[in-house]
Amino acid sequence: MAKKKNVAVETTTQDGGENAIFNKETEGLSQGQIVLRRFVRHRGAMTSLFVILGLVLFVFTALDQKIGPFKVPGWWHYNTEDLPELRAEGCKEGLVGCPTFSLRPKFLGGAGFGLGEHPFGQDNIGRDYFALVMRGAQRSIMVMFVIGMIGGTIGTIVGSISGFYRGWIDAVLMRFTDFIITIPAIIIGSVVGYHFGNLGVGFLAFYLGLFSWTGLSRLVRGEFLTLREREFVDAARVAGASNRRIIFKHILPNAVGVIIVSVTLLMSGAILLETALSYLGFGVVAPDVSLGLLISQYQDSFTTRPWLFWYPGLFIITIALSINFIGDGLRDAFDPRQRRRITKKDRESAKVVKKAGA
Amino acid sequence: MLAYIFRRLGILSVILFGSSFILYNLAAISGDPLEALRTSTEPNAKQQMLALTRTLQLDVPPPLRYFLWLKGILAGITGHIDFGKTRDAQLVTSVIATAIPTTIRLVFLATITAIVLGITIGIVTALRQYSRFDYAMTFVSFLMFSLPIFWVAVLLKEFLAIQFNNFLANPQIPVGWIIGLSAASGVIWAAVISGDRKRVWQIFGTVAVGTGALLTLLSQTSWFIKPGLGPIVVFGISIGIAYGVTQISTGLQNKAALRSAQTMAVIALVLYYPNQWLFDNHANGLLILGQLITTIAIAFAVGLKFAKIDRGPTIRTAAITGFLIGLITLLDKFMQTWNPYMATDAINYRPIPTSGQVNPLLEPGNFWFSWLDILVHMILPTIALTLISFAGYIRYSRGTLLEVLNQDYIRTARAKGLNERTVIMRHAFRNTMIPLTTIMVVDFAGLIGGAIITERVFGWIGMGTLFNKAINTFDLNLLMSVFFITATLSVLANLVADLLYSALDPRIRAGKG
Repeated sequence: MAKKKNVAVETTTQDGGENAIFNKETEGLSQGQIVLRRFVRHRGAMTSLFVILGLVLFVFTALDQKIGPFKVPGWWHYNTEDLPELRAEGCKEGLVGCPTFSLRPKFLGGAGFGLGEHPFGQDNIGRDYFALVMRGAQRSIMVMFVIGMIGGTIGTIVGSISGFYRGWIDAVLMRFTDFIITIPAIIIGSVVGYHFGNLGVGFLAFYLGLFSWTGLSRLVRGEFLTLREREFVDAARVAGASNRRIIFKHILPNAVGVIIVSVTLLMSGAILLETALSYLGFGVVAPDVSLGLLISQYQDSFTTRPWLFWYPGLFIITIALSINFIGDGLRDAFDPRQRRRITKKDRESAKVVKKAGA
Repeated sequence: MLAYIFRRLGILSVILFGSSFILYNLAAISGDPLEALRTSTEPNAKQQMLALTRTLQLDVPPPLRYFLWLKGILAGITGHIDFGKTRDAQLVTSVIATAIPTTIRLVFLATITAIVLGITIGIVTALRQYSRFDYAMTFVSFLMFSLPIFWVAVLLKEFLAIQFNNFLANPQIPVGWIIGLSAASGVIWAAVISGDRKRVWQIFGTVAVGTGALLTLLSQTSWFIKPGLGPIVVFGISIGIAYGVTQISTGLQNKAALRSAQTMAVIALVLYYPNQWLFDNHANGLLILGQLITTIAIAFAVGLKFAKIDRGPTIRTAAITGFLIGLITLLDKFMQTWNPYMATDAINYRPIPTSGQVNPLLEPGNFWFSWLDILVHMILPTIALTLISFAGYIRYSRGTLLEVLNQDYIRTARAKGLNERTVIMRHAFRNTMIPLTTIMVVDFAGLIGGAIITERVFGWIGMGTLFNKAINTFDLNLLMSVFFITATLSVLANLVADLLYSALDPRIRAGKG
């Protein structure tokens, strides 16, 4: 993390204004600590962080996983391949496979708290829908992270090289970026997905990642263009630092905020891209499962069996919403101009400090 | 400047050439257009294959075939553009020519709504930063960002179309709903206007009681079956528009502007019945266009009459007021058409459709019926598209306005004693619009590409559907043409956005570094 900026330059506690409150808070902290503090204070982002971590754990441990030759058993008693019988008990007239998940206590006429046999119900051939949704969420989360990692890496490399070296390297790389931008992600995804969709979800994510770095590389380039003119870069150069050292030790740590934030936003876009492609039939294809595919398969059954439609959608929204909030929290945390709201309490405590000082 | 534009255009054509070449070959190897025929058992499969090979020139290898295709495109310079033929031996040009209007109809209104709504909410949230309304809107916009459109579409179909149609069978709003809706609108308006606690409660009370009374009235009079505004309500709304537009456009203290806006409302009242007569007897597109021009002309005259100095803002106020009142008058006419429209056999009292572009059963001929039909078919897709795209505008305009409000010139404007309206509308808002304009240009160019998923969910046949079909049937010419149009528009829009940016903001010079 950057350590060049001494944020609390001069503490102007005398005026007792907002500046003083902020400066008091950041006194003696490194840039990294300040960012961390700001992030931790962002309630939405922190909640989302816990939600997404919890969700990842919950989703990935639910089903049996194959890691190499080993089979790790999941905590859920069904897998996507199991075909239990379709249950009709407890369902409305003429329906089978309805959810057994209940929150209504017994004395109100419900079935009491509990998950039951099939909390999310069953699909039309009897597969446990909870297991299917878990598998779909695993796929979506994986695609999201792979796209974020590949897109983030390529974007950072292209952006930093063209921003740092400028000149013809910049021109070539940026024209290449324009070139990739003209090919819409959904078009390339569809063309390739149609042909290679069966190669599996990992390949799909990899391919989409190759086409999703353009926006990020432009941002990183802009950041590098400004940072390379700064005094600390000149100082490093005068001190004899090599280009590599300047890039990795001096510029990159200062650009890391922009990179992290746009990778987060890239990831939230990625999960929607994956669901959209799967919905169109160009992403994850059956017999594999993804959240978009589940919705696409069961959208017509909304009026009769709405649970087949609700649960995958809720998972998509939860994941995308959490990632968006984390991104927002990170942006606020990394933005040096961003200031949190000054509450009455802050002003009062600042006054107390001032009085104590005097 | 000219040199810069030409240089950019040169680079753009090279990029387009490269990407179309690669995409062409990629698409060509991704599937075999003859696949279905190869396994076909039809007796004339062989002839069909030969015919298709001839139409699509499949005997030429893809890299060379690309240049045949390109030759057709380049012929566009002389005015005879040729995108080749589809698999069904139709001209791609004519297929696309029918798809583009559909797509524009689908996305244009949604984008306009998203922009207007998004910027308005964005500005209000920026002015009320860290208020409850701001937090709520931040949450809502993130929620919108995270919604898959097909999911929203299914919900809208169920709750807005099917349930609303059911409701129309017996248009009595249940008491619970009236109370809930009144409370909700009270909360929203109290949050938007805000103030100290007493004022917030006052606003909440007024709005909630008002909404409740209005809904009860509408429910009791079966308004949803037989809606309409009538001259009195139209006039009331017009006066409201006059005040609102004047306040935003020039400020209420500008008496000339206020009077001219009020005059526009009065003129609309006087012309109400003549307009109805025209609507009933001479309804066609030309009439509406003529009325639009007349409105602007009247606004010009009224503005000139009232303004002594500073004519521009007065005329602007009168023209905007006139335009909005015209929209209300049209809305009134459509509301009057609603009941007879519902009663037609094709509609049979279930007016909100869940899919399709027009109702094929509706008998053509009636101008108002066919336009109302188009409008009701646009309701669901427009709402779905607006919902997912306006969040971006909220975030962006909020961020930009907050940035602008921190500038020194805003402090200067306040320091020299300008009132808040002038500071916000003249100094802050205009500078906020500079980056927003460039985003809008790029967004509009993206419209032609169509909304693939939206078109599919709602069963429209636009560019997105063509594209989808082209991939599924390996229709290379169709696919490439859709791509070519979309890509060309998007790179051109980026160029226009850059030029516009430098024109709007003199600090930024295009072509220099």
